[in-house]
Amino acid sequence: MTAIPFPSPPADTAAVTALRSEFRGFLAEQLKDRTPRQRSDNWYGFDRGFSRAMGQAGYLGMTWPKQYGGHERSAFERYVVVEESLAAGAPVGAHWIADRQSGPSIIKYGTQAQKDLLLPQIAAGQAAFCIGMSEPDSGSDLAATRTRAIRDGDNYRITGTKLWTSFAHEADWVILFCRTGSGGPAERQAGTSQFLVDLKNTPGLTIRPIIDLAGQHHFNEMHFEDAIVPADMLLGAEGQGWEQVMSELAFERSGPERFLSSIELLKQLIAVLAARDSDFAQITLGRVTARLAVLRRLSRSVTAMLHDKADAGLQAAIVKDVGALFEQALPDIARELVDAEPDPRAAAAYAGVLGNIVLNAPSWSLRGGTREILRGIIARGLGVR
Amino acid sequence: MLADMLERLFDAHLDDAALARAAQGEWLGAAWDEIAANGLPLALLSDDRGGFGLSAAETGEVLRLLGRRAVPLPVAETMAANRLLAAAGLPLAEGAAGLAEGGTIAGGRLTGTASRVAWADKLECLALSVGGRLYRVPRAGWTIAEAEHALTGEPRETITFDWAADEGAPLAHDLLAEGAAIRAFQIAGALEAALDLTLAHTSTRVQFGKPLARFQAVQHELAKLAGELACATAAADLAGEALARGDLAGVAAGSLRAREAAGNGASIATQMHGAIGFTREYPLHRHTTALWTWRDEFGGQVHWARLLGKAALAAGADGYWPMVTSL
Ligand SMILES: Cc1cc2nc3c(=O)[nH]c(=O)nc-3n(C[C@H](O)[C@H](O)[C@H](O)COP(=O)(O)OP(=O)(O)OC[C@H]3O[C@@H](n4cnc5c(N)ncnc54)[C@H](O)[C@@H]3O)c2cc1C
Repeated sequence: MTAIPFPSPPADTAAVTALRSEFRGFLAEQLKDRTPRQRSDNWYGFDRGFSRAMGQAGYLGMTWPKQYGGHERSAFERYVVVEESLAAGAPVGAHWIADRQSGPSIIKYGTQAQKDLLLPQIAAGQAAFCIGMSEPDSGSDLAATRTRAIRDGDNYRITGTKLWTSFAHEADWVILFCRTGSGGPAERQAGTSQFLVDLKNTPGLTIRPIIDLAGQHHFNEMHFEDAIVPADMLLGAEGQGWEQVMSELAFERSGPERFLSSIELLKQLIAVLAARDSDFAQITLGRVTARLAVLRRLSRSVTAMLHDKADAGLQAAIVKDVGALFEQALPDIARELVDAEPDPRAAAAYAGVLGNIVLNAPSWSLRGGTREILRGIIARGLGVR
Repeated sequence: MLADMLERLFDAHLDDAALARAAQGEWLGAAWDEIAANGLPLALLSDDRGGFGLSAAETGEVLRLLGRRAVPLPVAETMAANRLLAAAGLPLAEGAAGLAEGGTIAGGRLTGTASRVAWADKLECLALSVGGRLYRVPRAGWTIAEAEHALTGEPRETITFDWAADEGAPLAHDLLAEGAAIRAFQIAGALEAALDLTLAHTSTRVQFGKPLARFQAVQHELAKLAGELACATAAADLAGEALARGDLAGVAAGSLRAREAAGNGASIATQMHGAIGFTREYPLHRHTTALWTWRDEFGGQVHWARLLGKAALAAGADGYWPMVTSL
């Protein structure tokens, strides 16, 4: 039998239930002035004040050791905070990447000094991170990276260009994936390493905005021209880069952000339809809700695997693939039910949210690994690649 | 362990010839007797009621296995009927049993009809839901009005009741929900079989000088099929847990997503097989016809979608997410 196993997630404990209601209260207070249109930015909303409040209240670094400012809570408790943040449309951008993947990567691979320096800041909601993987000639084929780091005494000198770096213009740090070895066929993956680069204090680094299709500035080009990075900012060991990015991607792909991107549209749709007595609307919402409930269960099942330190890369790829189809289908489902001209700047909540979602949805099956790449990973898991 | 025992049992009694006869509507009496002798009709009951005392995970495994082996006998229905009868404190079935809603009771007599009952002519009794109560109706209590069939070829008879009703007992939970949850597990099992067959076929069938599974377009379809299977399995678990809590909206959610996966998965599997998947010679048809049957039984897709959608609209924009996390 070749079915890919998804263990049943445990029922919510009393601690999880209590946390959920406490955190809902926190969000209601923090987000009381946030409009539906703003909420529909989902995890692309960036607000340092909100992230600091999250840190102060103990909602960041939830599973990390207390020694580093963490709270030693369970993966399921963290999941509650993550899904409730997204469902409420909280502006999580200033802590999202650090809390989800950079921090865990530093815990797993970082030196003592790196952990002591960075983890407490992340847990306090004061250090924003971004992901420096993609390049002009290396997108899906990440191992084709050409950004080069050359050892020079106590430093590395880095030259190359990173592309599509979300929040590089706002963040404090980037984890930079680059080539330290030869790049020959034997070293395509083995010759790579990652660096913790201080975005605000690195001579030779320039960051240029790229305006996305929706007209927003959220991603960037980062150009490194003989930029100097201290050697003690190498993450882990030289040559470990590939292993590190693969491990990060399992965290990056498995979460509820892979099917909740259009949740605000679904809520606004319900607000419009609640006033109607439409059989078609009821049936459609039933089917949508069933898909959402099952995706949530699959995602909690991946959390259970991560909690047990199992390798969930394959399961995460399935959740992201099926999840992106769901969140991308919502605008068209909404359009079958309600006539409205989408306009992200509209005053009306529904048209504004629809406009924002229609413009952003195409990116959801690209970012974090494209649909085609995910299906390749799943096919490999099935043994046919 | 239990699964291995069942696999051996089905290997011994459900060969290709037997399955083909069942698809013509023939009752596989010898296979039923063996299945009953192994205690399967009571499997979902606790140890002290003569059941297997299974955990939720083991229950799912057994029910999925019935789907994976396309067992053409009302084993799942009998298990479910006994679970309902036991919960209501009524005597258990002494043979094969069915699950149905229908009929009316007036003046102590059950009359009226129930439609499309699986293997109705061969059952010992029915667990029948009438007006919120459960009745254990013996075979003498109905006649066959119309001999209809499922897409698998198995009988689904419409029956006419005429029975001096006893007082029955309060129904533990919605009978359609019981059936829908059971079918969700069977759907997940049938999709496991469909994926296995599709992987085996595309890995051995050579076109253009290489196995089909080497073509990226085929690999991506296999990945989608694995995704549908993952959804169906999680959906069945969700429905099963909701049924145990008596939460109809949760059963609706799980059941609906499993029904959707049945259709999506069956099309991919058939397409990836080519013409051989469209024959009665090759085993895929047993699973696809079962998928197309089960996805429309025990309340159709519209029935369950309407129930869940009404709950979503009643929750409203602010209550929607809390409703989702409660499913
Ligand atoms: C909104 C957004 C935010 C992003 N943020 C970041 C970020 O913060 N940091 C970062 O490093 N990157 C980021 N990215 C980049 C993202 O990871 C890449 O876009 C993605 O990996 C694909 O690379 P590419 O765009 O170069 O497309 P390509 O790799 O050139 O692919 C183009 C098309 O070809 C398909 N394709 C490629 N290879 C194959 C193959 N082998 N088989 C079949 N089809 C194939 C792809 O699936 C895609 O459809 C972001 C992207 C978006 C859209």
